[in-house]
Amino acid sequence: MAEHTLKRFDEELERLSSTISEMGGLAETALTQCLVALRQSDSEVAEQVIAADARVDALDIAVQEQTVKLLALRQPMAVDLRVILSSIKIAAALERIADYAKNTAKRTIVLNSVTAPPAAVTGIDRLGRLVRTALKDVLDAFAQGDVTKAHDVWTRDEEIDQVYTGLFRELLTYMMEDPRTITSCTHLLFMAKNIERAGDHVTNIAELVSFRTTGHGFDETRPKGSASLYAAGNAS
Amino acid sequence: MSIASTNGHGLSTAVPVATHAKVDTAGLAEKVSIKNLEFFYGDSRALKGISLSLYANKTTAFIGPSGCGKSTLLRILNRMYDLYPGQRATGDVIFDGDNLLRADQDINLLRARIGMVFQKPTPFPMSIYENIAFGVRLYESLPKAELDARVESALRRAALWDEVKDKLNANGQSLSGGQQQRLCIARTVAVKPEVILFDEPCSALDPISTAKIEELIDELKQDYTIVIVTHNMQQAARVSDFTAFMYLGELIEFGATETLFTTPKDSRTQAYITGRFG
Repeated sequence: MAEHTLKRFDEELERLSSTISEMGGLAETALTQCLVALRQSDSEVAEQVIAADARVDALDIAVQEQTVKLLALRQPMAVDLRVILSSIKIAAALERIADYAKNTAKRTIVLNSVTAPPAAVTGIDRLGRLVRTALKDVLDAFAQGDVTKAHDVWTRDEEIDQVYTGLFRELLTYMMEDPRTITSCTHLLFMAKNIERAGDHVTNIAELVSFRTTGHGFDETRPKGSASLYAAGNAS
Repeated sequence: MSIASTNGHGLSTAVPVATHAKVDTAGLAEKVSIKNLEFFYGDSRALKGISLSLYANKTTAFIGPSGCGKSTLLRILNRMYDLYPGQRATGDVIFDGDNLLRADQDINLLRARIGMVFQKPTPFPMSIYENIAFGVRLYESLPKAELDARVESALRRAALWDEVKDKLNANGQSLSGGQQQRLCIARTVAVKPEVILFDEPCSALDPISTAKIEELIDELKQDYTIVIVTHNMQQAARVSDFTAFMYLGELIEFGATETLFTTPKDSRTQAYITGRFG
């Protein structure tokens, strides 16, 4: 797109996008590293994930400040307005994703003092990798303004939900078979839920990438996992 | 036009429409219908095939860079161009079923029905009272009491009454710029027009006077059809229901103001309203 007559406006918008890109990079690292900590039972890596979250929070506040300033001083219209509005929401989503990674890391530390079923840990790792790939792709779509790519990420949430549902059932089975695993499996269940929620935020970002370019999200109804997940707990 | 809905993010998800897509006119009455309008200054064509509708009790803003034809279009609506030789319009401007462009149009009556407020306040060099009574007397002969009442109601309508009620005999030109502009609005309102044209009404005013005029426009549209030409896009966004973006004598995009300023369909509209023009 052509540049603004006012060059400083372009610079400020550029700065907003680079703040979000930095947040995205940090959220992606947090998600990657919390899975490393889980796989390798590494409390030190988990501590690093927890410590890194403060920077993401600070950047989220920076985005809020930058957007308020842009709205007040530039009175943006059309695509500029959408870019600025979506920036606040994308920043909030990235902040949540990093938070979920932090929470997962915290539970990893607790998990290291008890015994967890290895297969379930592998399942969470798989779920986490799906979400991390989706996050990476949606950040690329954001950087390139690529709505098609964003739509592709958006449709992938179904798979994430299915894997989560499978994990949920698996963990219930472990707990029923051996009540001594209830503590570890409960932690794993929360971790799975955290990662699944992070996936939902990735989907939201995908919609926002579309909104900032086109003015609307993805209109078709996204296929949703069946309600059987909630029935699963009552199955026996 | 688009049906705005809200998705999970609370952001409007307007369905995209073509530039000249039909505007959602359900429940709207067409007050003026402009069809294939062309305008010439001598041999030079200033307006090219303009077609759009002005809706009753709505405010329509014309925006665009200098020389785009927005003021020309506004001036056609009350035949201002008749004052100048060599200027002519072709096409149709249907106002309540009557072609406003026809040669035997009663221009005086037309200008009473379609009033105009100019960029620079133009009070007559006479008293505040006379500024308003003068125009009324051209069209009606009212008994003194009724004329007084008309002057008062016009000044009230223009939100000026409280400021001038004790000095109706003072010269209209002694008022401040913002008051003078409201006096001109009162003068326009006093002859009971159906349409009011505003040509850059706030460009010479401070922000407080501007806010008062904008508030006034918002109130006036309950009774009148309003058209405003403005260079100030925020003003167009604030006061209008519909916006027409013009460029080089053409109507580029016309639509509901909230759609045009959030999701314009034409890249030229987008460039203009976001400050990326030229």
